[in-house]
Amino acid sequence: MDLGRDVNLVSAVIFNHHQLRLLYDRWIYYLFIACAFLMTVIIFAIIIFIGQQGLQTFTEVSPAEFFFNAKWDPSEGHFGALSFILGSIFVTMLAVTIGAPLGLAGAIFMAKIAPSWLREVMRPATDLYVAIPSVVYGYVGLTILVPFIRTYFYVNTGFGLMAASVILAIMILPTIISISEDAIRAVPRTLEEASLALGATRWQTISRVLVPAALPGILTSIVLAMARAVGETMAVQMVIGNTPLLAKSLFTPTATLTSEIVVEMGNTPFGSAWGNSLFLMALVLLLVSMLMIVAIRRIGRREAT
Amino acid sequence: MSSRFFDKVATVTAWLAAILILGILVSFLAYMLIKGLPVLSWKFIFGMPSDIYAGGGVGPQLFNSFYMLFLSLVFSVPVAVGAGIYLAEYAGSGRWTDLIRLSTESLATVPSIVLGLFGMIIFVNMLGFGISILGGALTLTLLNLPVLVRVTEEALRAVPPYYREASLALGATKWQTIRRVVLPNALPGIITGITLTAGRALGETAILIFTAGTTVSRHLPDFDPLAAGETLAVHMWYVMAIGLVPDRLDVANGIGALLIITILGLNLILTIPAKILQKRLTGSQH
Repeated sequence: MDLGRDVNLVSAVIFNHHQLRLLYDRWIYYLFIACAFLMTVIIFAIIIFIGQQGLQTFTEVSPAEFFFNAKWDPSEGHFGALSFILGSIFVTMLAVTIGAPLGLAGAIFMAKIAPSWLREVMRPATDLYVAIPSVVYGYVGLTILVPFIRTYFYVNTGFGLMAASVILAIMILPTIISISEDAIRAVPRTLEEASLALGATRWQTISRVLVPAALPGILTSIVLAMARAVGETMAVQMVIGNTPLLAKSLFTPTATLTSEIVVEMGNTPFGSAWGNSLFLMALVLLLVSMLMIVAIRRIGRREAT
Repeated sequence: MSSRFFDKVATVTAWLAAILILGILVSFLAYMLIKGLPVLSWKFIFGMPSDIYAGGGVGPQLFNSFYMLFLSLVFSVPVAVGAGIYLAEYAGSGRWTDLIRLSTESLATVPSIVLGLFGMIIFVNMLGFGISILGGALTLTLLNLPVLVRVTEEALRAVPPYYREASLALGATKWQTIRRVVLPNALPGIITGITLTAGRALGETAILIFTAGTTVSRHLPDFDPLAAGETLAVHMWYVMAIGLVPDRLDVANGIGALLIITILGLNLILTIPAKILQKRLTGSQH
């Protein structure tokens, strides 16, 4: 019996086994990198394909007409998207104007004022806000808010910027609440205690110490909320009235970039100037959302330094 | 005195804001349930839809919603967990990592209608799947991916570093450490994330109109991934925006209630076992 040979054999097997494990380790590592890199591939593919389809519009329509003319009549060859662009901007701004103060008040309440049991209720409540489908928001807007506006503001239809903005303001609440609350909570406790020790009231501490210190986070939440508002499609489409005209007031039917895409994409031939101009609207939306990501990164970097 | 007064006013305002926030949520849920629950019947939930006559059901749409959700999770969970593991366990702070993070963040903010149009170009037209369940599921995957990546990364980062160190010190390779130590501990967090993503995907509409369509197969259940794939949420929009059925309000109310019940269920029931699981896992380790 050759003990030495057996030991060698066993150690060789162990060694090979270990080599194999290290080899697995390497392969799996490459697999993970591939998964992560797929995100980059997808986002570039989206930019390239939407961009390539959308930019073909300019072979038939001048950029000046698309961006600065409000006459939209594809069957007559008019492709001015100004009313949709302005519609999207107005709706987003108004939604943030309504939603941000309410959301911020809610965030301050949850971070510093609420008794703990109520905070435990509000956390899942904000999650639920996110979980409600946008088509349900739109439906409630259509069946409650639009008739309400029609009755109490004495207007013809009730559809328009106002209805869309109110629904959007509700939909962006959870974004503002959860991110702002985290930011306010993250302010070092010592700052707060120093302010209170100097005799400041709770409101003085919140408004002059906590909110300024948490400002980058609060701004991030507002930009993210704007990104959500500008990209929201179904809820807006259901309450805005879908008329390709510049809005004369908050209560006249109009359209946004997103609502117009949904309404018209189904009956446009793929590859026509009409279809391409809808892709160009999508490209505008895509670029706006990218810009917002860049803005958020800027805010975050300033916070870090 | 005046600063005390302002303090009181601010406190009252904050309370009112909180009551308003909770009030809006409760009234949305209550409105949908009160209107929709009376509509729900066996015939409505599992019956075939009707284009012209009243009394149609939403059986195929219900089936499509969950079938498409299942398919999209099958596609997105492995990739997202892989990418999350890379970002949490391997990635340094290099240029490439930064690019991947930026891509994930950007993908998360791409408006869903834009993803829908992209899916229409790639899956429906170029790859030739047509407007189908598969086209919808793949496009839905794009929506789920960035959220799942973030959730996975956060769940992995929450696992204390000394768990990894202990495993590596025992001679385990990095992959063994991730598979046997890190992933099991992060699992409850990942499951919670998947649940929340599933809820979001179930209610998604804009992304599916041009990729999964607004019609359904005549068979129920139809597992063919190339069959037309209208979901509950899309049907709710369709009957209100374009539909011709005389009882469209009833149909929309019923679907609204179904969606709300499903989402409440996902949020309340499925997150609780995740918490219990977490307790059991962390309990057994001490």
